[in-house]
Amino acid sequence: MASLDVTEPARRPFSGRRVHLGDLLLQGLAGAAAAGATALVLLIAWKVVDGAHPSISKFGLGFIVHDVWNPVSGREAYGAASFLFGTVITSFFALLLATPLAIGIALFLTELAPRVVRGPVTALVETLAAVPSVVIGLWGILVLGPALRGNIESWLHSGLGWIPLFGAPSAAGASIFTAIVVLAIMILPIVSSISRELFLGVPHELKEGALALGTTRWEMVRGVMFPYARGGIAAALILGLGRAMGEAIAVTQVIGGGTVISWNLFNQGDTLASKIAAEYQGATSNLEVASLIYLGLILLVLSLIANSVAQLIVRRVARTHGVTRGGRG
Amino acid sequence: MSVHGMTERTLNVPDLQRRQLFNRGMEVIAWLAALIAIAILVVVVYSVGRRGWTELNFNLLTKAPIPFSFTNAPQGLSNAFAGTLVIVAIATAMALPVGILVAIYLNEFAPPAIRNGVGMALDVLAGVPAIVIGIFVYGLLVAGGGGQSGLKGSFALGILMLPFVARTTIEVLALVPNSLREASLGLGVPQWRTTLSIVLPRAIGGILTGTVLAVARVAGETAPLLFTSSLVGAKTSWNPLHALQTVPVAIFELSESPDPKDHARAWAAAFVLLLFILFASLTARWLATRSARKIAGR
Repeated sequence: MASLDVTEPARRPFSGRRVHLGDLLLQGLAGAAAAGATALVLLIAWKVVDGAHPSISKFGLGFIVHDVWNPVSGREAYGAASFLFGTVITSFFALLLATPLAIGIALFLTELAPRVVRGPVTALVETLAAVPSVVIGLWGILVLGPALRGNIESWLHSGLGWIPLFGAPSAAGASIFTAIVVLAIMILPIVSSISRELFLGVPHELKEGALALGTTRWEMVRGVMFPYARGGIAAALILGLGRAMGEAIAVTQVIGGGTVISWNLFNQGDTLASKIAAEYQGATSNLEVASLIYLGLILLVLSLIANSVAQLIVRRVARTHGVTRGGRG
Repeated sequence: MSVHGMTERTLNVPDLQRRQLFNRGMEVIAWLAALIAIAILVVVVYSVGRRGWTELNFNLLTKAPIPFSFTNAPQGLSNAFAGTLVIVAIATAMALPVGILVAIYLNEFAPPAIRNGVGMALDVLAGVPAIVIGIFVYGLLVAGGGGQSGLKGSFALGILMLPFVARTTIEVLALVPNSLREASLGLGVPQWRTTLSIVLPRAIGGILTGTVLAVARVAGETAPLLFTSSLVGAKTSWNPLHALQTVPVAIFELSESPDPKDHARAWAAAFVLLLFILFASLTARWLATRSARKIAGR
């Protein structure tokens, strides 16, 4: 009986490579899905350019350098400059705030923390990444914003008011500074979890070698771990930058709106993404809608650049580390 | 070469105390950084928890909001919870099969060049800001005619889920040992049966983990829904052919309202959303440890 089972396939006529209908079907379906996913990227790019077209043909590239946003019919004029400025300044300062904290956390988790603490703290940081942006925005507008204005903003203004960044706090309940802090909170878990993985990847023999030479722990970190993880950290920072630039909701909630280019961080402002989100029900004319989509196009290009640079760095780092390892082995 | 520099400095013994002090300082800074991060999380969760908990009652889930009236009658956000359930369920139903198929193609069939190309497209897709996905779906489906609907919102969320689901599935499929595939093919089982009956069942736990995480992520997404499913009435509806209110969009709108009663409902809704997401993350973590054991065949 059992031998029947074994010999059964052998009785089939041997016909070289049989092509199964199922194989064709699955491969076709799966291939179509993969092609579809790729086509989706192109479709997004095309549709955004297409939607922005009325505005592109009217304002051209000058759109990027003009800082007007006037939807009054008959005198319509739109430009992205103030929003671009807002996006650059908020994401730059958010990164500036988040980077040292994120790297500090990563070092703490890989080098300093007692073993029992590592697991829970790692989980906590990852939980922070899972909090939806609208909830962080809600907290930002109702708790963080008032707290910052009442304490930190007025304190910085009275102490360091001669720096143009720390001007008079705005009377309304929102500021660029609040947006910066909110964005920093949002990119913190991304950068710190990537950095942590990079630090974990530093070969033990390198670290122990440095310590055996008599370096202090910090000198080992600076001399061995930072150079080893440098590329990866740069990629993580650029990914965080892309995230900060693209964040719409939380920023809309706390930044207040406005089309003035001002270095005063305590003023209200707008970013590319927050302007689009804020106008979702307000845009009336076709030209204004097209101009909003034009803002989206600029945002898309910026985030594509950020992501490809990060990918390039990751690939290069993977290669050099691969070579080092191969050379040793 | 940096290590070389250190050797020279190490020999300089009088320097040692200063260096150890500096090291101490840097350690303290790293401790502080970790404490600040934990403090931020605790403050956010505490804020939402404290305000949400006091406002939380069954009215939030069962009663619809009463628009444009300053009544004290109990009102909730039942329309938003119904809408989020419907929209996220449909988005998952759209993204999950496509994502798994993409992963199967890339891992089981595709030549390396195509694998890299499509993998790059997935990375690009994952990097597109959510708000841009929103205006894309708006331009593709809403502006042309027909207006907003829950289905179009699902489509936007599905696009966000797709690269996530595909990426995690690829990672899990790559963990399934090749010896299994070879054994199956060697017994004369065609490749499609091998993939569907041998490889996929092994990977199902990991795929489930990725899906739960993706659901947790998009359940809180606001930006893609603003342009696709936000112009809604206060009635509770389960029909995805109409624009449906969702929890994140409701929180967004209530947070910008001047009325403190609206803030209270926003906190309560945020609390429920946060609970759901935390629960989903914990479930995913639990699934992940289980499936890791299963894939390895232990």
